[in-house]
Amino acid sequence: MNEDILTLAVVTGILTSAIRLATPYLFAAVGEAFAQTSGVVNLGVDGIMLVGAFAAFYVTLQTGNVWLGALVAILVGLLMGLLMSFISVTLKAEQGISGIGLYMFGLGLSSLLFKLLVGTVQTVEGFRAVKIPLLGDIPVIGAIFFQHSIPVYAAFLLVPLAWWFLEKTTWGLKIKAVGQNPAAADSLGVSVDKVRYFSVCLGSALAGLAGASLSTALVNLFQENLTAGLGFIAVALVYFGGWKPVGILAGALLFSAVNAFQLWMQVLGANISSDVAVMLPYLLTIAALVFATNRVRQPAALNKPFERGEN
Amino acid sequence: MPPAPQSAPQKPLARLPWKNLLFGAALPVAAMLAAFLLGAVVLLALRVNPFTAYASIFSGVFGSLSGFTQSLVKATPLLLVGLGICIAFRASMINIGAEGQIILGALGATAWSLAFRDLPGWLLLPGALVASFLAGALWGFVPGLLKARFRVNEILSTVMMNAIALQLMNLLIRGPLIDPAGVAAGTYLAQSERLPESVWLLRLIPQTLLHTGSLLAVGLAVVVYIFLWRTTIGFRIRAVGLNPDAARYAGINVPGYQALSLTLAGGFAGLAGAVEVMGVHHRLLEGITSGYGFSGIVAALFGGLHPLGLIPAAWLFGSLLVGADKMQRAVQVPSALIDTLLGLVVLFVVGSAYLSRQWAARREIALSKQGKESEG
Repeated sequence: MNEDILTLAVVTGILTSAIRLATPYLFAAVGEAFAQTSGVVNLGVDGIMLVGAFAAFYVTLQTGNVWLGALVAILVGLLMGLLMSFISVTLKAEQGISGIGLYMFGLGLSSLLFKLLVGTVQTVEGFRAVKIPLLGDIPVIGAIFFQHSIPVYAAFLLVPLAWWFLEKTTWGLKIKAVGQNPAAADSLGVSVDKVRYFSVCLGSALAGLAGASLSTALVNLFQENLTAGLGFIAVALVYFGGWKPVGILAGALLFSAVNAFQLWMQVLGANISSDVAVMLPYLLTIAALVFATNRVRQPAALNKPFERGEN
Repeated sequence: MPPAPQSAPQKPLARLPWKNLLFGAALPVAAMLAAFLLGAVVLLALRVNPFTAYASIFSGVFGSLSGFTQSLVKATPLLLVGLGICIAFRASMINIGAEGQIILGALGATAWSLAFRDLPGWLLLPGALVASFLAGALWGFVPGLLKARFRVNEILSTVMMNAIALQLMNLLIRGPLIDPAGVAAGTYLAQSERLPESVWLLRLIPQTLLHTGSLLAVGLAVVVYIFLWRTTIGFRIRAVGLNPDAARYAGINVPGYQALSLTLAGGFAGLAGAVEVMGVHHRLLEGITSGYGFSGIVAALFGGLHPLGLIPAAWLFGSLLVGADKMQRAVQVPSALIDTLLGLVVLFVVGSAYLSRQWAARREIALSKQGKESEG
């Protein structure tokens, strides 16, 4: 059975799933890259995604409007980003532990709201697939790339947009300066705190959107701990991608391809244990971290709260 | 910072530690109150009466002997996990991997007890504890090694190790470790066979769950205190955490001690898994960690990352967890409320650390000014 398992239809299916599944990784990891480029490690991404996923799911369930759901998810992400920035920028708390606190808060809050307001797992009608004219009609390629829902396209468009923003705009340069040498940026009149607030909030809003894409574009439902650590993998992808949107894209595709492969192998009843298969992305993350950590230089002020007159 | 005054006659310095201790306890308590206040707002918004919810937490713990002993039973794994977190945090290693380390410990104790069930109890029981410590330690050693050797961020690697441990357990309790009785009955429940009675931890009060593991945990808290503050290795672990550059300059192998601290942290979390299996459930089953890996972090932070401060902190959070279960049953407020509040407590505790540093610095300046005035 293993010889003829990889037919053209299956390969197309795996690649289509891979593109789709990359969506939440892309939103969350590019968002985290903004925060980290400014020097703040936000480990609460998974918690923000969970609350965002619930918000989008619940609003869609109540109003039937997926767009409103996504908008609310972004706003909720923004609010949690404000909380994270207040704790880690204004109060200069240890970023690792604050992020874990935010994660626990998001995990608890999304479970609490889900149990109180919804109770049972149910599906919503999420974003519909939009076939791109002409391109979507190309055999194989069309099915893989051009017959997805709007959030999927948006996630991939975010990559060049984020690159342009970080490399070609004044704000992007400020974010990088604040992450590399906050004291120098400060002496040139750049408000370190303001830039970090902005970056963390932007990243958190994207994390909220990542959650929304999960609950209203990929699986169209919500359950407790829906993300199952996806947000942490997204943080790892930022290291793996060397803080560059293109690197993150490569990492996200690698991960989603492994995930899609694993899901399809289970569907097809291939002879591997599902527990082993589910372990794959996590093992891959560790391997990726080993591979990436010493290869790229991280923002010099990463994980360091800035205090005037200290350096 | 101005130099500390050498002779400050009218303010005896001996009184300061007490003040600091009070001050140190006041901030976490304030953080807790703030979290509960915010929780009340959330409950009000959800049209739940916060007073009924909070009152049911309190009466759930103090309303009955069973509630009270359960709080001690839940405090036990929290204390053990927290001790490990203390050791790791003291070397500034953030161990988020306790969930996975608990699982490994529970697996180790279960596998040992079932494999060598014919051994006499005096050998089987300590052996199970050692097996759990080693298994947990292994799960801490891997991220420790990755940190020391490849500088891999330990937070991310420990989170991944949690997910891997969970799948490993699922694999084992559905496969090699599955209860033969469940297979025979055709239920295929995902749990292990019941452990031989010789490894069950003694119940301290009949008809309750309170077991000797609680005493073991308190004893180990004292041991960890002595280890961290009275031994060379403990001193070096703390030195690495306080100032890695100075520690390196003093010839301390910084990555080595960081890895050691994570390994020890894993061992203590592993013991927490063992007491759950040997003291409470008497078998390995799904959900064995009950989230202790995360609530243990909260307890450790709340206890000021001090093994002795951790004892009351663990009991406090054990009570909260018991109260949350009772609340869920009595007034139908999901116990996830407590998880939410625990997250807020973490945020507030780490956030207030900065304020307390600032206040401490200000007080020191004020004190030194007073000293100078009295000299002049």
